[in-house]
Amino acid sequence: MNFDRIREKLNILADAAKYDISCASSGSDRTNKNKGLGNASKMGICHSYTPDGRCVSLLKILLTNHCIFDCAYCVTRKSNDVPRAAFKVQEVVDLTINFYRRNYIEGLFLSSGIFKSPDHTMERLVAVAKKLREEENFNGYIHLKSIPGASDELMYEAGLYADRLSVNIEVPTISGLKLLAPDKKHEDFTKPMEKVKNEIVRYQSERKIIKNTPKYAPSGQSTQMIVGASGESDKDIMYSATYYYKTYNMKRVYYSGYVPVTHDSRLPAIGSQVPMLRENRLYQTDWLLRFYGFSIGELLNKQHPNLDMDVDPKLSWALRNLHHFPVDINKGDKRLLARIPGIGMQSVDKIMKARKFRKLNWDHLKKIGVALNRAQYFVVCDSNQWERRDLDAERIKGMILQNSYGKFRDQYSTQLSLFN
Amino acid sequence: MNASTTLVYDGSFNGFLTAVFVAFDEKINVADIQKNNQSQNGLFSETETIFTHVDKAKRVWNGIRNKSHNAISNIYFAFLSETEGVEMMLYTYIQKLMRAKNGKYLDYSDSTVLFIAQLARKVGREKHRMEAFVRFQLTKDNIYFANIEPDFDVLPLISKHFRDRYADQKWLIYDVKRKYGIYYDLDHVEMVSLNLKDIHHNKTVKSDAFATEEYEYQTLWNDYFKSTNIASRINPKLHTQHVPKRYWKYLSEKKEAV
Ligand code: SF4
Repeated sequence: MNFDRIREKLNILADAAKYDISCASSGSDRTNKNKGLGNASKMGICHSYTPDGRCVSLLKILLTNHCIFDCAYCVTRKSNDVPRAAFKVQEVVDLTINFYRRNYIEGLFLSSGIFKSPDHTMERLVAVAKKLREEENFNGYIHLKSIPGASDELMYEAGLYADRLSVNIEVPTISGLKLLAPDKKHEDFTKPMEKVKNEIVRYQSERKIIKNTPKYAPSGQSTQMIVGASGESDKDIMYSATYYYKTYNMKRVYYSGYVPVTHDSRLPAIGSQVPMLRENRLYQTDWLLRFYGFSIGELLNKQHPNLDMDVDPKLSWALRNLHHFPVDINKGDKRLLARIPGIGMQSVDKIMKARKFRKLNWDHLKKIGVALNRAQYFVVCDSNQWERRDLDAERIKGMILQNSYGKFRDQYSTQLSLFN
Repeated sequence: MNASTTLVYDGSFNGFLTAVFVAFDEKINVADIQKNNQSQNGLFSETETIFTHVDKAKRVWNGIRNKSHNAISNIYFAFLSETEGVEMMLYTYIQKLMRAKNGKYLDYSDSTVLFIAQLARKVGREKHRMEAFVRFQLTKDNIYFANIEPDFDVLPLISKHFRDRYADQKWLIYDVKRKYGIYYDLDHVEMVSLNLKDIHHNKTVKSDAFATEEYEYQTLWNDYFKSTNIASRINPKLHTQHVPKRYWKYLSEKKEAV
């Protein structure tokens, strides 16, 4: 190993890969085969955390940052003046294996700039994964990026070795895509997604009949959207997300607050604040859609094209729909309980169990872990104390905000003061 | 009421279970259960030394497991916390469990039950942390070596994870605090005790016990760690919440920060 050269490449190619925020290493059921190296942990393991608190579980690098395209939001784009480098297939394999053996990582997340052609690039990514699986008997986690425009054959092969595949849609609207990534067509993204979806469906149905059907992307596919680069509304983002979840059976959609990396009149200037609060609100909305039984039209619609920044989306929905409340904790059905602000899904389950034994009062709710500072305005329970005043939404919101210390409070209050 | 007795056992989990067996079997009024190296004579109780008996221990283990899978793992995890006086708490817990009609519905409003469950959860967290934060260093004789200094005695709990994962490399994880390790020789895992002259923390000084490329990979990993940072998103509070400072000395990526 030429250490200095590898070091130089790693610095360039890890730096260029860090804007992809998906880091999940969970959801795969790969076990250690024939006394080889590694296995996938169902829950995923974070081996370290970045200074901004994100999980480090995979070696996340680009194969190369040479690129023939010029997407405006991307550090790797052709016209950007940055040092370029390219790993050899074997070098990525060696790095992965050596990091893995030292218990630094759960596996590899390999992406790439597009050199020569999409297929040419995809072929190399597949070659790395294949080598890891077949020559090194490596059973750790592999996430490969599907290169937009790659052929069905290569996407099929990729799924045989990878645990997860992803194409980042990056720009949530087709008009934004035209503006910011003029070289790419919408179909370039959706075609590989479609292929991967079909193969996963095939794999899952065949596996029911033939136990040892070769695995195909057991951890599914995901995508990422950049938030705050192209003037899109929250509604635009979440409607696209919903579309991708439904149409392509996405396991996850990631939302990544745009980090300005370039001077370009089409984009926010370097130094503008990364919209982390907005990113957080989008994740909360995503959560409500996937696990809490909300439909997208309830949370975002023509009248409310953007999420509230000062309160979370569930509270915001409740404040707009006070006629559903108060809910009786001891009687309300599960679907309704899940809609009460301050009550998470875990608490809902605990409430359902506990109320079989006794009627629940405020004390019980507190022990269960309900955030009463929010929930109290929306429920009645086994107590003669409850909110009797006929408060309107503004009053309730004011009282809740007075008593809350969200993790983004600072950011929010500086944002507020900007408007004063 | 018959006179109370303090049971003294050898400190092992099987020893503890044997003590429980004897107590139930001979209907002893137990004053305390103590490790033999820490036993103090109670003023008003007799002591009885327990000789570890694997079959008896197994019977207790199975008896509890038949009542509740959750309980047996809670008991084992809580035992490994090495909390002072945990044996007596566990004994009370087991008595309650055996009396309960249905082990699944242990009453979590009971303070012993809650205490044991919480203790077990803490040990479980430490187990996960160790699975994540162990950093192997490759020695010249081709053994992947790691030091740990966990709050609780978690080596027995993490052994399976590492054996399943690193089946094709020799490895040794050494608990510096408790002065024993687990060693995998490509066949099975055994307990070892070593005389470590020099504790191989991730010190900035290099030790010649390690393979030459070892430090190169550590440098690459540190570089990698640095480049994952996005400066405009930095959040130190969240960071130390995930990686408490007392673990930093093991993490080569934190070498400079220690
Ligand atoms: S094709 Fe990919 S790597 Fe190339 S500029 Fe566009 S987003 Fe960046």
